[in-house]
Amino acid sequence: MPRAESNQIARGSPVKAWAINHARTLIASLGTMTRQPASSFMTIAVIAIALALPSGLLVLLNNASQVSVDWDNNAQISVFLKVSTNEKQAKNLMKKLRLYEDIDQVTMINKDKALQEFSKISGFGNAVEALDSNPLPHVLTVQPKVDPTRPARIQHLLKQLNQLKQVELAQLDLQWVKRLFAMLEIAQRGIWVIASLLGIAVLLVVGNTIRLDIQNRREEIEVTKLIGGTDAFIRRPFLYTGLWYGIAGGLCAWLLTTISISLLDDSVEQLASLYNSGFQLNGLSFAETMSLIGFSCFLGLSGSWIAVGRHLSEIEPS
Amino acid sequence: MIRFDNVSKRYPGGHEALSNVSFHLPRGEMAYLTGHSGAGKSTLLKLIALIERPSRGNLLLDGVNLSSVSNSKIPYIRRNIGIIFQNHHLLYDRSVFDNVALPLIIAGFQHREVGKRVRAALDQVGLLNKEKAEPITLSGGEQQRVGIARAIVHKPGLLLADEPTGNLDPELSREIMELFARFNQVGVSVLIASHDLDLIKQMGNPVISLNQGRLEHNGLTTAHEAEHA
Repeated sequence: MPRAESNQIARGSPVKAWAINHARTLIASLGTMTRQPASSFMTIAVIAIALALPSGLLVLLNNASQVSVDWDNNAQISVFLKVSTNEKQAKNLMKKLRLYEDIDQVTMINKDKALQEFSKISGFGNAVEALDSNPLPHVLTVQPKVDPTRPARIQHLLKQLNQLKQVELAQLDLQWVKRLFAMLEIAQRGIWVIASLLGIAVLLVVGNTIRLDIQNRREEIEVTKLIGGTDAFIRRPFLYTGLWYGIAGGLCAWLLTTISISLLDDSVEQLASLYNSGFQLNGLSFAETMSLIGFSCFLGLSGSWIAVGRHLSEIEPS
Repeated sequence: MIRFDNVSKRYPGGHEALSNVSFHLPRGEMAYLTGHSGAGKSTLLKLIALIERPSRGNLLLDGVNLSSVSNSKIPYIRRNIGIIFQNHHLLYDRSVFDNVALPLIIAGFQHREVGKRVRAALDQVGLLNKEKAEPITLSGGEQQRVGIARAIVHKPGLLLADEPTGNLDPELSREIMELFARFNQVGVSVLIASHDLDLIKQMGNPVISLNQGRLEHNGLTTAHEAEHA
């Protein structure tokens, strides 16, 4: 048939036609959204808030973990020497310990200085003077090299130190760090639960928006079916609309999170300076931003897919 | 082009809209379908456009048996049919140009080709100067002609029209019918459902008339047989 042939030539290759169709729909669906700015904005805002909440919480949690890791890095082992140990022996031991592979730094707290300081600070000066001898031992403060991937090494070091003959007690108080980590773990799971629930909410919001969109464009869908539009062709603009909602919602969620974090940043810095810390709040990293937007796109696309699957087949020309 | 072979259509609920209808519209032929309202004209057109499926009998379109066509093939069959509705079915959220371009967009034509063909189609219906207009601003006759341009823009082999002159005055109706006759002259098969008997008589094409779902008169057989006699 010459007619069909001429149509075929004008259409070009099927792959090209397919690509042209996709590009057209991508732009057209964006155009449709901008023609209804108020309703599009509302949908995007709902998505943005629903996603900003868990991602903001996650950022705070990551920062909290960062702080606790810093504290963990500052873990010190206090090595109390036997009272009988004199200053020279203590200094020798300090030199010996500095050669240990797992030890970063060793400092010594001289027992006489410690006593002076104690009497000055505590206000028990008189009571201290009444003692015939210094009851305090020399103390070595050991800064272990921390390898977060091998937490057992620090325990091993502790054991080694406790076995030395001049040592009364070597003590590492990590209990509270462990408890903090356990709490952060719980908080993290809580945030994932919230994120999942809000993710489902986003799915439903997009699904409902697309459902209304399908109903509003009933006439167009019928006409398109009558003049030979395939289901894929009719589905496409709605799927792309869902995708746009996802992209826009994800970007706005990122913006909301970043603004919120920067609002908190000043106060956190002030607090950190009170603790003599240069700590700063970290926002979303590039990878986290990308996964936020990616997740948002996924939700937008899935939400519209569900709506399209349920409602498009109901519309048939009659 | 179209062959009905003892086709019946019974709707859920028991109403039989078509009973044992048989006729053959040869390729390149133009015919009218008449009958009172409720005689089954719309149902017959819906069967050809695959909006409804026959309950019994065989219906062949261009050699394809429509009773056994899968749903996923329907769009491709419809692309070879141009359908014109009484109420135009134009989309009022876009311009005349975009309305007419829709079948080409669906088929994935390239941008430049779309423009060329849409203008050619609008030219054929005499609306070349209205391509940027909104359909709502056009008169009833002009809207109908936009509908026709959309039906012929992708050069289908068959044109179906359901009461295309239903709301138009006699003068406009005649113009529309003459437009169909022009498409028929370049080889397009045309089937028009209409109850405007006077106009049909003037046009002089074969007539099929339905009465309560039955074929009352088949002008095609006579014309066809006369041709081969």
